[in-house]
Amino acid sequence: MHTKTIAQLIEGLRSKEFSSVELTRHYLQRIKERDGTYNSYITVTEEAALAQAEAADQRLAAGDDNPLCGIPIAHKDIFCTTGIRTSCGSKMLDNFIAPYDATIVENYQKAGAVMLGKTNMDEFAMGSSNETSYYGPVKNPWNTNCVPGGSSGGSAAAVAALLAPAATASDTGGSIRQPAALCNLTGLKPTYGRVSRWGMIAFASSLDQAGTLTRTAEDSAIMLNAMASFDAKDSTCVDEPLEDYTAKLGDSLQGLTIGIPEEYFGEGLNPQTAERVQAAIKVYESLGATTKSISLPHTHLAVPAYYVIAPAECSANLSRFDGVRYGHRCDDPKDLADLYKRSRGEGFGDEVKRRILVGTYALSAGYYDAYYNKAQQVRRLIKQDFVDAFNQVDVVLGPTSPSPAFEFGAKSDDPVAMYLEDIYTIATNLAGLPGLSIPCGMVDNKPVGLQLIGNYFAESKLLNVAHQFQLATDFHQQLAPETA
Amino acid sequence: MEWETVIGLEIHVQLSTQSKIFSGASTAFGAAPNSQACAIDLAMPGTLPVANEQAFRFAVMFGLAMNAEIGKRSVFERKNYFYPDLPKGYQTTQLEEPIVGPGVIDIELENGETKSIRLHHAHLEEDAGKSLHEDYQGMSGIDLNRAGTPLIEIVSEPDMRSAEEAVAYLKKIHSIITYLGISDGEMSQGSMRCDANVSVRLKGEEEYGTRCEIKNINSFKFVEKAINVEVERQIDLIEDGGKVVQETRLYDADKNETRSMRSKEVANDYRYFPCPDLLPVILDDDYIAEIKSKLPELPDAKRDRFVSDYGLSSYDATVLTAERATADYFESVAKTSGEPKLAANWVMVDLAAYLNKSEQKLADCPVSAKHLAQLIARIKDGTISGKIAKQVFEAMTNGEGDPDSIIEKRGLKQVSDTGAIEKMVDEVIANNQAQVDNYKNADEKKRPKMLGFFVGQIMKASKGQANPQAVNEILLKKLNEQ
Repeated sequence: MHTKTIAQLIEGLRSKEFSSVELTRHYLQRIKERDGTYNSYITVTEEAALAQAEAADQRLAAGDDNPLCGIPIAHKDIFCTTGIRTSCGSKMLDNFIAPYDATIVENYQKAGAVMLGKTNMDEFAMGSSNETSYYGPVKNPWNTNCVPGGSSGGSAAAVAALLAPAATASDTGGSIRQPAALCNLTGLKPTYGRVSRWGMIAFASSLDQAGTLTRTAEDSAIMLNAMASFDAKDSTCVDEPLEDYTAKLGDSLQGLTIGIPEEYFGEGLNPQTAERVQAAIKVYESLGATTKSISLPHTHLAVPAYYVIAPAECSANLSRFDGVRYGHRCDDPKDLADLYKRSRGEGFGDEVKRRILVGTYALSAGYYDAYYNKAQQVRRLIKQDFVDAFNQVDVVLGPTSPSPAFEFGAKSDDPVAMYLEDIYTIATNLAGLPGLSIPCGMVDNKPVGLQLIGNYFAESKLLNVAHQFQLATDFHQQLAPETA
Repeated sequence: MEWETVIGLEIHVQLSTQSKIFSGASTAFGAAPNSQACAIDLAMPGTLPVANEQAFRFAVMFGLAMNAEIGKRSVFERKNYFYPDLPKGYQTTQLEEPIVGPGVIDIELENGETKSIRLHHAHLEEDAGKSLHEDYQGMSGIDLNRAGTPLIEIVSEPDMRSAEEAVAYLKKIHSIITYLGISDGEMSQGSMRCDANVSVRLKGEEEYGTRCEIKNINSFKFVEKAINVEVERQIDLIEDGGKVVQETRLYDADKNETRSMRSKEVANDYRYFPCPDLLPVILDDDYIAEIKSKLPELPDAKRDRFVSDYGLSSYDATVLTAERATADYFESVAKTSGEPKLAANWVMVDLAAYLNKSEQKLADCPVSAKHLAQLIARIKDGTISGKIAKQVFEAMTNGEGDPDSIIEKRGLKQVSDTGAIEKMVDEVIANNQAQVDNYKNADEKKRPKMLGFFVGQIMKASKGQANPQAVNEILLKKLNEQ
């Protein structure tokens, strides 16, 4: 059962090949037996999952036609779940149980999906290797000496190790797409505002976007159908008409123009990774698409701008974790200052502290114009680069990350090297565009990701461009060793 | 040396929206601690703010009433600082692009002159919660009911030159917000709070002196006292060769002094930046025009109308229109009784004295406008005299009912029956023969004065109910017959 895609599982449930309870039990059993190796889950919600599966079976028996009814999924531990701990990968929230569900959690519940548990992640989604989690690092199912990418490393490892057919995730600078690339998955970050942020613990509010990690583009489309909604509880949510994201999956790529940004193939890109991406371009050409070299001239400014804006926003977003109302509180505070200093000092890990410090500095009197304002100006230029590009092309194509999965510890002492992991993905968040990563081959038995970037709210087209590639190739069908 | 005082005020006004500025929790005053704080107010992780449209509506109403520019694009920013009653660790407020821009209003001074005070801007923001330091054995309690209550902060230019002007301005703002119905303006409940920026300079000097900010003054009286005592402090300091240090000070009403709250060294860096959870709010012209068309009559317009429609003096009209409740009350009495001048007198003198003495608000007053109008009608139609009316009014304040039933029950109806009055006059003449003789023998010119004695006796005998005019006529006739 576990090798099936969601599309296949839906068939299985409808044809009564297996029930949701059987399917759910099977995944729970696999998690129990295998997740000791990967550490992809922080919390497994066995009882609740089985109860939801039973309810789903009843709905199915009653003729429920919601595709996700009875399908087990995992949620990144950044999404609040009523009555179940939401840790955000941090000691700060090790004891935090929200009295509300994230809108996307609610959406999946309504669709009848079954929650298997909450997946591991970099602390407060800050990291590209899943090494900053309070709950320990997650291992890459393709090579357990390597990182799965981050920050949605737990979600990626769970899906790649076939411990969940799909998982929710979040992407602030590449946190869905980079782990998708490193774990041979399809990772979709929708347009900013397409999916509600309510109940998703904020890292950088203007960049955070929830999305999915699946094994195929078709599964992404099915997952997005349930996830996307307009939500009045999130002021930044956009009231765009919803569509059936599977509807365009059969469209031909004839006449499609793909833009290849020259800046995405420069120094820093692993030559073998570049070869796989070039080979993918050939596949697209064979499918009838036209490719066109384009320029995104401000690409080199994306990482520096991001590492001002994201920390600035996070420095304020994380101020609420003060030990006063919930979360970690130090023992026997002497006074107010002591309560703040020790609660935050003990509750946050190094990377979180580093970003809070950077953000606080960037917003300080006398530095605001030089950093925050300048970064916002750069952000507008980057956005304009894409607006110009989409006047000429339908999608933009490039590598997802500069190189395949690296070993634990390889970059953890060098924050800047770690930050460069997201060099190709960050601009998409700064511009608010939808981005997607799909498998496009292997380098040293490690997966390589191909990134596709679409225009605003062009998820349908983007998913079809990915789907057509997956119809023509079998990279995405390859499974991590010892998972079948 | 002649000194000049320079004052600017920052006034925080709680808007009387049903729910908070960024959440659906109630804003009602006086609920059990933390019973009106939802997940958003508690800054639970993953929660997000959604701006309350009513708060914008109220702010626009205020801006229009202040003849101010309306910010068609306004932006919320985060003001970052840690405090236990500030759940998010930042206050969501406006800085660069506020909802209300520059404006100007006139204030009336006691000498009858008017003066224009410029508004720098007014912005929307959320209130913090309350830290409670008593009753927790060395610990502090936090009540977040108030956290997220919408405020407008109204910032004036430093245009006031005395404590009296500052109070007149504050009262004007109070009058405008209560007329608009956008706040209850209760200073005692913290619905309106005032910070005063005070400095002094030598008269004729162009540069402003170094200012001090007196925080959180919560009554009109204290604003006046705090400013006066601060001005005195600054002048004494300078005249003794010292220098004013820019700082925040607190007014201690018990000691009638201001004292330093924070030293200048620890100036906070609030690290303002636009709130990424809230998009800029864009208001179009139609929206503003719609609000403008529904604005109620404002104090100045009402005052002018009272002068022209009711023939009141400008002074009376100003007093009566200072508060909307008073103005509405007066107008109801004036219209129902058809006697605007008498109505103005009763409201400004008797009613005001009663409310003042009993420390009551007009809203809680047992004398309704309808009943006061009835009372005035009874004076006018001769049922009672003006003097008896005061007794009836007192009974009304004691909750004894409407004037007609009080007059009836207490038998206060004026006696105009000639027969009854003649009888009383005869008795008084018979019992005071000596005074009658004096009267008869007195010079014609002195007689009217001497008449007072007899009138007094008759009124006493009638318990004040005899119609004074009838008494005078009959008395004169009878005395002349003697």
